[in-house]
Amino acid sequence: MSRERIPQWRPGYRFQWEPAQDAFVLLYPEGMVRLNESAGMIGELIDGKRSIEAIVVALAAEFTDADADEIGADVDGFMQVAHEKHWLRFD
Amino acid sequence: MKSTGSDSTDPNRPGMPFWLLAELTYRCPLQCPYCSNPLDFAAQGQELTTGEWVRVLREARAMGAAQLGFSGGEPLVRQDLPELIGEARRLGFYTNLITSGIGLTEEKIALFRERGLDHIQISFQASDEDMNNLIAGSPKAFAQKLAMARMVKAHGYPMVLNFVTHRHNIDRIDRIIELCLSLEADYVELATCQFYGWAQLNRLGLLPTRAQLEHAERVTNAYRERLARENHPCQLIFVTPDYYEERPKPCMSGWGSIFLTVTPDGTALPCHGARQLPIEFPNVREHGLEHIWYRSPGFNHFRGDGWMPEPCRSCDEKGKDFGGCRCQAFMLTGDAAATDPVCAKSPRHDLILAARDEADTAAKRIDELTYRNAPNSRLIARVTPS
Repeated sequence: MSRERIPQWRPGYRFQWEPAQDAFVLLYPEGMVRLNESAGMIGELIDGKRSIEAIVVALAAEFTDADADEIGADVDGFMQVAHEKHWLRFD
Repeated sequence: MKSTGSDSTDPNRPGMPFWLLAELTYRCPLQCPYCSNPLDFAAQGQELTTGEWVRVLREARAMGAAQLGFSGGEPLVRQDLPELIGEARRLGFYTNLITSGIGLTEEKIALFRERGLDHIQISFQASDEDMNNLIAGSPKAFAQKLAMARMVKAHGYPMVLNFVTHRHNIDRIDRIIELCLSLEADYVELATCQFYGWAQLNRLGLLPTRAQLEHAERVTNAYRERLARENHPCQLIFVTPDYYEERPKPCMSGWGSIFLTVTPDGTALPCHGARQLPIEFPNVREHGLEHIWYRSPGFNHFRGDGWMPEPCRSCDEKGKDFGGCRCQAFMLTGDAAATDPVCAKSPRHDLILAARDEADTAAKRIDELTYRNAPNSRLIARVTPS
């Protein structure tokens, strides 16, 4: 998936913080996926404006101790899964 | 990433009720002979008020409920539905409206959207008009459903179309799927009739044969492959009837595990079929949900595996299927704690085998089924008090 592309949640899919689960979740018709910490941080940056590349850059700026390549791989991995599961649409 | 309900750390502490099913009313304009509502629905108590429902929603949300289904009967007959949707959305629920589409209008679809409704599921009875209306017991149902499905998509909702399949419509599953694709459904539930409530009463006229079922699965799988090849977002969900399984379904992911139903009169149940069990269930008019979920005898009755008889007790699959369905065990054997007869290890599996044999020779027409309506409900309640 090209890093130029801009992800947006699929209509009807809602990303939100669940205090009771202490986690971000993705809610959709009659279903819920609990996201792990890294997926949650990526999800927070998906706004229909940032490109995948911009999300990688933003995370790298926040976690200066982390390896930038690793962050990039995490984000690419998430986008791939989310694409396959039709959680996201890409412009 | 974990799925719902998979991460309970203390095995003795019940998980959260992630799913709240709010059965707002038993009133319904349709008469489907496989309705899962209780046979004696006409004799149930007074419906909860708007204020009582709001309290239920707040308490459930505070306990971690995230998915909310407005169901029934037909939830659209409740005049306070827009208010309840608005309150639920403010609380952070993902709100699902589970409707027949009868009584829906474009104005309501737009108003619900404004109030924050997330998703609409419309149920169909068949892929063609005559069969649909015959099963629904309503001459205008099909045209209304088609119009409303198109309207739901036009207003930007995700849409689930639900087809209950049975021996009279399952052979046309290709046409059902084609119809759903043409309506741009996001999900299609091809739910083979489950035998509870009215469906159990009419089982002889509903249970498909094994050959019918296998044909339907083959057709569905071919469509799935095609959709995957096209990277098509529509998902086909095929629910097999457990009468053709050798192991029971993990009913409700386990008793009192993630699912909480509140019926129109406020009775709280671990699943929408449980009312028929010889167990006392709490009412939200008398208790808070916290007490109901964690401490009431009704919700703790079949939690864990201490209640299990053999062959479940020593079975290495008991953590997978939780002994199957308590309602089915009760309906078929008279003992709610029995092993679900669907299991080939059950000493009463012969009941399931007999039902399969029956399906091979059944000749009951649709118009010979007992339709779900108030006169039939009152009649049945008189004949078989429950």
